[in-house]
Amino acid sequence: MSEITAEQVAHLAYLARIDLSPLEITSLTRDLGQIVDSIAKVSEVATADTPATSHPMPLTNVFRDDVVVPSLTVEQALSGAPDRAGDKFRVPAILDEE
Amino acid sequence: MPNAEMKNRAELMDFDTALELFEPVLGFEVHVELNTKTKMFCGCANEFGSGANTNTCPTCLGLPGGLPQVNKKAIESSIRLGLALGCEIAEHSRFARKNYFYPDTAKNFQTSQYDDPICHDGSITIELESGRLVTVEIERAHMEDDAGKLTHMGGATGRIQGADYSLVDYNRGGVPLVEIVTQMIEGAEHDAPEIGKTYVAAIREIAKALGVSNARMEEGNVRCDANVSLRPRGSNVLGTRTETKNVNSLRSVERAVRYEIQRQATVLAGGGTITQETRHWHEDTGITSAGRPKSDADDYRYFPEPDLLPMAPSREWVEELRLTLPEPPAARRKRLQAAWGFANLEFQDVVNSDLLDAVEATVAAGASAQAARKWWTGEIARLANAAGVAADSLVTPAQLAALIELVEAGTLTDRLARQVLEGVIAGEGTPAEVVDSRGLAVVSDDGALIGAIDAALLGQPDVLAKIRDGKVQAAGAVIGAVMKAMRGQADAARVRELVLERAQAIE
Repeated sequence: MSEITAEQVAHLAYLARIDLSPLEITSLTRDLGQIVDSIAKVSEVATADTPATSHPMPLTNVFRDDVVVPSLTVEQALSGAPDRAGDKFRVPAILDEE
Repeated sequence: MPNAEMKNRAELMDFDTALELFEPVLGFEVHVELNTKTKMFCGCANEFGSGANTNTCPTCLGLPGGLPQVNKKAIESSIRLGLALGCEIAEHSRFARKNYFYPDTAKNFQTSQYDDPICHDGSITIELESGRLVTVEIERAHMEDDAGKLTHMGGATGRIQGADYSLVDYNRGGVPLVEIVTQMIEGAEHDAPEIGKTYVAAIREIAKALGVSNARMEEGNVRCDANVSLRPRGSNVLGTRTETKNVNSLRSVERAVRYEIQRQATVLAGGGTITQETRHWHEDTGITSAGRPKSDADDYRYFPEPDLLPMAPSREWVEELRLTLPEPPAARRKRLQAAWGFANLEFQDVVNSDLLDAVEATVAAGASAQAARKWWTGEIARLANAAGVAADSLVTPAQLAALIELVEAGTLTDRLARQVLEGVIAGEGTPAEVVDSRGLAVVSDDGALIGAIDAALLGQPDVLAKIRDGKVQAAGAVIGAVMKAMRGQADAARVRELVLERAQAIE
């Protein structure tokens, strides 16, 4: 069994700003535990000469030229905003940063 | 124990006493904004000063369906900057997500680099005013995208404290940055503030010389976070450090480092402890204040960016880019000062006014170095200051060289040349054209001068008598009258010679 605890899930939920009920924490602790166990099985198969990979495609250096393409209009950009003031997004003041 | 938050500077331990008790350890994180045409991961324009939210797209706004694509020019600029800092260029490098929630990014993460930065293990050597050389080791230089710009509304000061809400402009969101992180700098001692200033100045100068950034600190192209900690003399255990964020002028870097050393020394000597936290620098009051302490919220849960492929800059490409590096700015300064024969103060004046390129180009256009310096740091700088623009935006080096040539050929006095300069700046043409159109050339025809001199001498018979008696200083009044009659367009030295001659000659 994995070492995922309810405390870890609660902490992760806080970091991800997801409000979980105690019931959800219990079920997610079980689900995440199973996922971690499954990945651990895959890790058993990987040998020392299998390099860790962050991407399934064997590609590197896929670049774009430095050429301007049209942006959204201000109206398009702001169309999904819950609130706006003039041409800017309006958000609640958040106190712990500057 | 004294309050860790000093309301003013009066409670501070003085700098020398702080240094007697403690050894400062420094570290700097400098963000350099690249001047690519487009953003790091999308084709939106990278432009300062556009209308709010006019340079955004689904990718930089973090909307569904957005897909980042790496700007090749940004990679090239980052590699060149790394090479100029003596860094190794990683054979394998990748982007990572740094997850946090704050409205300066709509993506809820910053695309950055974590365990595979593109550049690592470099160093630069800086020279302090005393001549002391300090080598600053660079741990890494990694790429990331910039955040949007927040404006806090309401409250008294425009700061977040007391603000009712904030407005966001995402034009800057996604602009490419290189973050340069130093190793710990030990042994700085009394030079710690100057090391901060000189190091940031060196990074700015290198970025500018490479052409990878506009490198204007006042526009936020170069931003510095300064880490300071103190340890008691004789101890080799590092103290707790603070990170003072967004210190955005060279003078502020110097002042903020000095202040943090004094503040921490005051707290520690009073038996207090330093909290590991970010701090904010206040330019107006010259103090730092506590931001937020390091906490759970700093668990950024970095993970490899799944939407971007890894990079593997080929060694051939890296070597090609190495060949494009300009002469290192520090070496260039030494070479130019020697070639021009400037005294230290004269040279510093040019460097501090950011006129090295202008003077160099003016000399290349044929002017003498001293004349070029005098004009750029004198009259042109004065006019530029008055107009609130950069000196090198007023005239071209070629125009100035042509003007200096006219002065040296005796066609213009300095006074006339200043009028011609104004004409050139006003767009009236080349210096020669302005001389013609405004009729400003020196009157070098002795005949015309003699006419004016004789008239002036005869108009002031008492002065004439004095000059004839050998009181040559009396000639000043006549010279003044002649210069006025010639509307300043005469060579005063020649006028003086002729006045003394004519005083003896006329009837």
